Amino acid sequence: MGPMISLEAKNLGKWFGHRKVFEGIRFRLEGRESLVIRGRNGSGKTTLLKVLSGLLRPTTGQTVISHDGKELSPDQRRNLLGMVMPDLELYGELTAFENLLYLSRIRGTRPEKETIRDKIKRVGLEGRGDDPVSSFSSGMKQRLKYAFALLNDPRILFLDEPTAYLDEEGASLVHQIIGFHREKNLVIIATNEQSDLRYADQEIHLGD
Amino acid sequence: MQIRKFTWATKSAWLLAKELKSEFRTRYALNAVFMFALTTLAVTSFSIGAFALTPRIVSSLLWLVIFFSSLSGLAQVFVKEEEAKTASLLRLVAAPDTVFLGKLLFNLALLLMLELIVVPLFMVWMNVSILNLGLFLSVLLLGTLGLVCATTILAVIVSKARAKGSLFAVLSFPVLLPLLIASIDGTRLSLEGQEFAAGWGDIRLLVSYLVVMFVASFLLFDSVWSE
Amino acid sequence: MFWKVVLLIWMSAVIAAAFLLPAPQSQLGPASRIFFFHVPVAWVAVLAFLLSFVFSIMYLKTRKLDYDAKASTSSRLGLLFVILATISGSIFAKSTWGSFWNWDPRETSIFILLLIYGAYFALRSAVESRERRAALSSAYAIMAFVAVPFLVFVVPRVYLSLHPTTSVIDVRLQMQMPPAILITFLASLLGFTFLFIWMFNLERRINILAARQKEV
Repeated sequence: MGPMISLEAKNLGKWFGHRKVFEGIRFRLEGRESLVIRGRNGSGKTTLLKVLSGLLRPTTGQTVISHDGKELSPDQRRNLLGMVMPDLELYGELTAFENLLYLSRIRGTRPEKETIRDKIKRVGLEGRGDDPVSSFSSGMKQRLKYAFALLNDPRILFLDEPTAYLDEEGASLVHQIIGFHREKNLVIIATNEQSDLRYADQEIHLGD
Repeated sequence: MQIRKFTWATKSAWLLAKELKSEFRTRYALNAVFMFALTTLAVTSFSIGAFALTPRIVSSLLWLVIFFSSLSGLAQVFVKEEEAKTASLLRLVAAPDTVFLGKLLFNLALLLMLELIVVPLFMVWMNVSILNLGLFLSVLLLGTLGLVCATTILAVIVSKARAKGSLFAVLSFPVLLPLLIASIDGTRLSLEGQEFAAGWGDIRLLVSYLVVMFVASFLLFDSVWSE
Repeated sequence: MFWKVVLLIWMSAVIAAAFLLPAPQSQLGPASRIFFFHVPVAWVAVLAFLLSFVFSIMYLKTRKLDYDAKASTSSRLGLLFVILATISGSIFAKSTWGSFWNWDPRETSIFILLLIYGAYFALRSAVESRERRAALSSAYAIMAFVAVPFLVFVVPRVYLSLHPTTSVIDVRLQMQMPPAILITFLASLLGFTFLFIWMFNLERRINILAARQKEV
């Protein structure tokens, strides 16, 4: 079976000043489970996703990510996760290839240049690897975000509005990616799309 | 796929490389800093004309130019990340220590590049000869290092506030004042041609300042950078 | 209520003593009486700065917004006392040496403290989110505090090279204080410190009430 990855949310709560976004979020994901976070616009789906991935500090509670039973440090977690979000932009002045190259090495991982080109190809951007990202359409940027998220073979994938900006072809690519990833790893998706609900092993509904 | 453990230094070096590449393509900070320095220098030289200046005045002017030029560009390294919305990605991917060192090194490179051009130009336009070059360069280097160490964290702070043009200057001045005073004094001594030993007090202060500022910034960085 | 009255009586006694006792420094004359006010006020300004520093550290460690409120209150009062110290020092300088401002080490240090407080509040007013404002201003308070000791070493070097004559500090240290003067001085020091504590508590209570009102 191999070493298991688990993510546990312990009584997570987030307030911005006096405004409550959510509280009392509790769940545990293990092995190959997927979580779908649903809610109206503004209900805090993105915020919760950011808290779970470590981008935001929770006001109360904590997120514990363990590998083989051992809790992981923030540095170790960084190497294990992949994230695609509208708020996560890549550097427009760098090429697609450069973005992936530099960012992966800044993280401390060293995928081969071949691997990078391969991932770019996989998301359907072959031939555009040496173009600056500022020249990309929003759909292409979204695809590139997937290329980067998958670059280090993440054990946990965080996706916010997975098929945003994508055409049919792009959307089916994403579903392929999710399907493939779910076979061995954790996926957490924040979404309003009905077609994403099929992935829910567990579900969280935000915003009374 | 292997995950080879990179050291802090290597990761920071890669961030520095990325910053240099980005800066080379966009020239945000470079333009601001250079144009400011050149303009200030030209105005100063022009308005003073043929009037002979004492070493004290020359050294004050030099550091004023360096101080204000750095203010116009050193915050960019963080401000542009927040504006382009790439900051979140960096937060996700990079360890805070890496961001701290990488950005600091970039600002250092930026300032050194500036000084490489501005300082000789300054000496020529002000018609000044540096009598003790060793002391001059030591003070310049240590002062620059200290400036960059202290302002890195101030730059993050400013990048997360509503960008008022003068905020960075207002925050930096009290914190940088000891550095400015010691640097101006040391530079003056070097222009007067005094021995290295005469500048020892200033050098000592600059070294201890830069160490303390580096450590304090380093310890505080994560509290401000992470959300 | 009781302590407020005690404080009132105490300070009145101090002020009376300051004006009725023989002047501390016969050379400087009546103007030297300002010593009873200027030094304690400056001391409180520095104390407030120290407290700000401590509360800022506590905030960053615990992330409890209460500490940030305390840091900001302390700074606000510190600013008030710094302004008082600057003005009183300036008056003393004018009556003693004929000019309001000399950039001597003490004057320079107090002025820089003024700049630091100003910067602190400029920063606070530039951030909307409470948590972010707290984190950023705490970090700044700490950096500023760490930078200040260097001024102690560096400012005299500049000043002495400009004005070789003795500065205010020397004058004071040379003063031998007869018991009455000493007691009055210490009483003033204590009095102003308690004044600060009282004002601090008042502001805290106002803030808590205001926060409660906002929630409703």
